[in-house]
Amino acid sequence: MSPDRTGTEPMSTGSTITGSTPSPEPTEPAPTEREVLLRASGLQKHFPVRRGLLQRQVGAVQAVSGLDFEVFRGETLSLVGESGCGKTTTGRLLTRLIEPTGGSIVFDGRDISHLPQRAMRPLRREVQMIFQDPYSSLNPRHTVGTIVGAPFRIQGIEPPGGIRKAVQELLQLVGLSPEHYNRYPHEFSGGQRQRIGIARTLALRPKLIVADEPVSALDVSIQAQVVNLLEDLQDELGLTYVLIAHDLSVVRHVSDRVAVMYLGKIVELGESDAVYTRPMHPYTNALLSAVPVPDTQRKTKRERILLTGDVPSPLNPPPACRFHTRCWKAQDICGTQEPPLVELAPGQRVACHFPENVPA
Amino acid sequence: MTAPSDVPGSAVHAEPEAVTVGMGTTIQGRSLGAIAWRRLRRDRVALGGAAVIVLLVLVAIFAPLIVALLGHPPLDFHYEKIDPDLQVANGPFGGISHDFLFGVEPVNGRDIFSRVVYGSRISLLIAFLATLLAVLIGAVLGVVAGYFGGWVDTLISRTMDVFLAFPILLFALALAGIIPDKAFGLEGDALRIALIVVIIGFSSWPYIGRIIRGQTLSLREREFVDAARSLGARSPRILFTEMMPNLVAPILVYATLLIPTNILFEAALSFLGVGIRPPTPSWGGMLSDATHWFQIAPNFMLFPGLAIFVTVLAFNLFGDGLRDALDPRSR
Repeated sequence: MSPDRTGTEPMSTGSTITGSTPSPEPTEPAPTEREVLLRASGLQKHFPVRRGLLQRQVGAVQAVSGLDFEVFRGETLSLVGESGCGKTTTGRLLTRLIEPTGGSIVFDGRDISHLPQRAMRPLRREVQMIFQDPYSSLNPRHTVGTIVGAPFRIQGIEPPGGIRKAVQELLQLVGLSPEHYNRYPHEFSGGQRQRIGIARTLALRPKLIVADEPVSALDVSIQAQVVNLLEDLQDELGLTYVLIAHDLSVVRHVSDRVAVMYLGKIVELGESDAVYTRPMHPYTNALLSAVPVPDTQRKTKRERILLTGDVPSPLNPPPACRFHTRCWKAQDICGTQEPPLVELAPGQRVACHFPENVPA
Repeated sequence: MTAPSDVPGSAVHAEPEAVTVGMGTTIQGRSLGAIAWRRLRRDRVALGGAAVIVLLVLVAIFAPLIVALLGHPPLDFHYEKIDPDLQVANGPFGGISHDFLFGVEPVNGRDIFSRVVYGSRISLLIAFLATLLAVLIGAVLGVVAGYFGGWVDTLISRTMDVFLAFPILLFALALAGIIPDKAFGLEGDALRIALIVVIIGFSSWPYIGRIIRGQTLSLREREFVDAARSLGARSPRILFTEMMPNLVAPILVYATLLIPTNILFEAALSFLGVGIRPPTPSWGGMLSDATHWFQIAPNFMLFPGLAIFVTVLAFNLFGDGLRDALDPRSR
């Protein structure tokens, strides 16, 4: 990736962007000794459903029910799944915009799952979020300078050379002109707005960035630009991404590992290449078979798996394996005993009683 | 002929999105406020309303000067202008002349022009202060209810319902009867003005409050609020720096539209005799006095009525124009 595609000037080195302590050069350790930046164990989020005059709780939307995964430093972990499977809730849990109902999130060796907002404040610098809708994530009444400078003001940081200089450097970093400082969001296109949002996210030099469908609201022609920008920034600044997406081709392009979610649970987690070429969970298989392939010659060889029925309601999810109501391989055991998420191939974990593509 | 810039692979296309700005000039973006102002300037009806409002405010401020130049002191009697038998003005049209521009009052011959001019002070002062009070209470409670939700929202919303269901006119009538001439360190007109401002302000804040609560509810779901929170912003910052700038437009619009309602409310209170006490001139009070005379001295009713009509119309037209300018989607 040539760095000059994101800006008019050569990229400045990471440490001069905000003047915070220089981050160590991102190294490429071997997969076995990779350092865990964030670990979620048994992560749960239930939203209570209240009805009636007394607001009695009549049920709970089990948006996320028991996630176990880890994010390695410097990698891109993608969360994929249908809408309503709890991807966004997971992202909001990781950034602690909401508090988990159960389980724990350990970030950089520190349990942040129930930290009060006050204690969370300094940690906000380390975990940042890129939002889905660039039209709603920028305050229409603030100038670009105010928006991108907000992280410094909120955290009370005075970057060397002043906030204005730091903001202009950030704008340049994401491929915008420093002259845009005094402009308002409505004067920009969707792609440019998303770049403004990314500049704001980068201001505090976070270690982990949770990107919630960062390109799904953009034109297809702009999507590639923003995805490439995210990749360039990762190389440049040594960032770790948790990428939430439903577009599997975008995910494959950028992610190191993929976690496939279904109804609030992870059904398969593994290296991106492995999951794409040898999907073990039937649901992953079905998802991948739905990805349009431009190669028309091969189309006859592809088997399209059509799932019948809708995703069951997270208010009342099916017992045991949540996919068994729509799975063509389901047997009696799938409705009575929950399959654990176990490692069936090196680095590839699957929660299924009857996995496919299992190495002999 | 082929344009030289269309050469394939030209390096010009390297940055499709990075808008390069030549000459290094600083570009000042146009804020939504600036855009609304441009829109408002093209709206002639709203500008007409604004002109009338400015004129009315000037009349209220410079009332003594205007009356000194064109009229007579508003409390002076002019018995020489009154027909002793009929108790109405001598001459045609209720005594309208170059000396008494709007004629004179029946019975005591006070200058109607001067009284209408001075009446604008009472009307505008009470309407502005009452609207300010309503906006302060309504905006603060509306934002708090919408932002915090839960039992806070329930409490404030139910309070609004109670205030809206309250028979405010009867309450005002009763209160005016029991308030002594001196209270709270105030007396005379100042006490009456304060009383009316409080009554009108407290009865009209729920209208603003409900609108602001609804706007806050929808703003709270916008992602920029989450963005501020994920940066570690505390609630006061989110409320005042992120949300308030987005609430200025609706507050401004509904304040402008609340002013004419409050002018009418004040006129109604004065008409019913619980507003400003005579002899201080007020439009509603003049209308009340004129009811006994409108068949033989229609000018006594016409001019204060016209004043109320023109004022209310001007504020409504300006308020509508302001709303269109600030939120073009509402058109």
